[in-house]
Amino acid sequence: MSETIVSRGGYWKRLSGLLGDRRPSAERFESANRGKGGASPFRAIVAKEFGDHMRSWRFVILLGIVALACIGSIYAAVTAIQAGVQSGQADDEYLFLQMFTASDGTLPTFVTFVSFLGPLIGIALGFDAVNSERNKGTLSRLLSQPVYRGDFILAKFAAALLLIAVVLFSLGFLVMGLGLVTIGYPPTPEEAMRVVLFLLVAVVFVGFWLNLSILFSICFRQAATSALSGIALWLFFSVFYSMITGLIDKATAPAESSAFSVLLRHYEQMLLLNRLSPSYLFSEATSTLLMPNVRTLGPLTTEQVVGAIASPLPLLQSVLLSWPQLVGLLAATMVCFGLSYALFMRQEIRSR
Amino acid sequence: MERATDYPPSGKSVIDLKRLTKRYGGHTAVNGLNLTIERGEIFGLLGPNGAGKTTTILMMLGLTEPTDGTARVCGLDPARQSLEVKRRVGYMPDDIGFYDDRTALDNLMFTASLNGLNAQEGRRRALELLDRVGLGEAAGKKAGTFSRGMRQRLGIADVLIKKPEVVILDEPTLGIDPEGVRELLQLIREMSRNEGLTVLLSSHHLHQVQQICDRVGLFVRGELIACGDVASLARQLDEDGSVTVEIEASCWTEALTERLKSLDGFIGSGSPVRLPGHPEEASRASFVFGSDQTSDAAKLVIESGARLHAIRRKQYGLDDIYHRYFEGGGSHERNNR
Repeated sequence: MSETIVSRGGYWKRLSGLLGDRRPSAERFESANRGKGGASPFRAIVAKEFGDHMRSWRFVILLGIVALACIGSIYAAVTAIQAGVQSGQADDEYLFLQMFTASDGTLPTFVTFVSFLGPLIGIALGFDAVNSERNKGTLSRLLSQPVYRGDFILAKFAAALLLIAVVLFSLGFLVMGLGLVTIGYPPTPEEAMRVVLFLLVAVVFVGFWLNLSILFSICFRQAATSALSGIALWLFFSVFYSMITGLIDKATAPAESSAFSVLLRHYEQMLLLNRLSPSYLFSEATSTLLMPNVRTLGPLTTEQVVGAIASPLPLLQSVLLSWPQLVGLLAATMVCFGLSYALFMRQEIRSR
Repeated sequence: MERATDYPPSGKSVIDLKRLTKRYGGHTAVNGLNLTIERGEIFGLLGPNGAGKTTTILMMLGLTEPTDGTARVCGLDPARQSLEVKRRVGYMPDDIGFYDDRTALDNLMFTASLNGLNAQEGRRRALELLDRVGLGEAAGKKAGTFSRGMRQRLGIADVLIKKPEVVILDEPTLGIDPEGVRELLQLIREMSRNEGLTVLLSSHHLHQVQQICDRVGLFVRGELIACGDVASLARQLDEDGSVTVEIEASCWTEALTERLKSLDGFIGSGSPVRLPGHPEEASRASFVFGSDQTSDAAKLVIESGARLHAIRRKQYGLDDIYHRYFEGGGSHERNNR
């Protein structure tokens, strides 16, 4: 965890260093203490935002919900694993990863919880990022300081993303640690790597929702409107979207007796439709990473399977399989950020 | 940087606006504004609500782009070099906001860090400025608990923490009680005089503008109607340039009235009115002259043996101008020109 965050910090530092280079030096203007030893405005905003989030009640409440959900899912997973081991059904290969994916049916798994509640954290941290500053009258004061507008939203995003990374990695490692204690089965290095990769994908996924809600906070002057829009989209994608695609699937499904190629094409179209949802992309990426037995995400014909050895995929192959999903999520995040940037640069900053 | 005279040395121009225009759709908020503000001067932008004062200020800071024309602030183009401009210009928006759950000190230190000051230096300056604006006691209090006047003073400190060359204050006195206004204006005047700051303040309160500004620009519906110090403004807007002298004296005689009337450029007078409840039964009369005859009038009163209690020269204040241009409203104000 710490490693990732440090490297992330390093990246931001380098990034802000790069940004700093093209800025005219502040020192040649007036006081000597300016520009020396002082952090860049970007860093200053990130530090302030991070502190604000940490202190806010909203964050404490969300953290409480997510932590409770995770503890519940660990309990469910541990019971499921123990029951499986006792009845001799459990696949003891990658047993450790089942901490994240197994459940005895009483509570959803850790992965499900993250894919369901993760977006909520993202939305909660971002929905009032810009419009609350505008409504408090701090935005025009802030932007009359020597700060690039781009830096401002990037800093807002970076601070919240940093916090999300800290939370998700803490939870993930907490689950690992608790699993270690309760089932007493140590993870292999590959399993540990898979968990870390899963957490990284989760950060990207939540980052997408964060960016989307920041976009809404730029579009809408009222924090409530932007929060509702974010939550509406979240509900749409996590609950209704699968229902709608199910409906479309039923309505457009070719007859059972149709040619194989027709059936295959229909299936692929449905898959494409499903993959428009970030939640679906996330679930595909995580199931590949956490279940090495998943060998493909699309349909496989019998000819393709012939001769294949039914063994779990090595780590790199799993990563390769989930790579398009990850890129899709990143692209969606970038699009949201690009839109926010374009909108914000053109906006007039008036007080209140 | 200390100024010797009450009037700024006409030196380099700090703010230079040329044909600055801003249109929102079909509505023209600022129309071909030409304005030059010199270093070290306190300039008052006076105009009714919606005259385009804030839009002009936003264009000077690069917070919105002009539709046409150019703005130069400290020789820089705010639309292109907004960061450099923002380093030199301190801007206090009207209805300034602070992070309510942070202390006054934290708020100032955040601004300091945005301006590249390190933590120690920022803290030192913040505390120093808090003392200066009279909030030294409240440094540890949350900004959310501040009254309007305190917030405004915190705003002044916030503007000064970056050591600006130019300070732009948008409606700094809005919503503060009279005593607060007095203190705030005093503070603004002090900081301008002591540090040679150029101050641009916008307001629709003419009396406040009149109190502290070296020059005033009258801004109505996106156009600058008149510009200059209060006296020249009165001359610009009121060609007859008459001066009213108001005299309070006891032992008033008819001869004195006649002699006053025979002074150069006499235009008219009111007969002396007995002041009720005055211990020496003084009377008050006003005389209107074509030119300033105050000292001659005073001399006459004393020579005539009357006891002079008070003498006042009443010039055309912004009051008259204000009424003529703002409160007259409508289109006939243009016809007056």
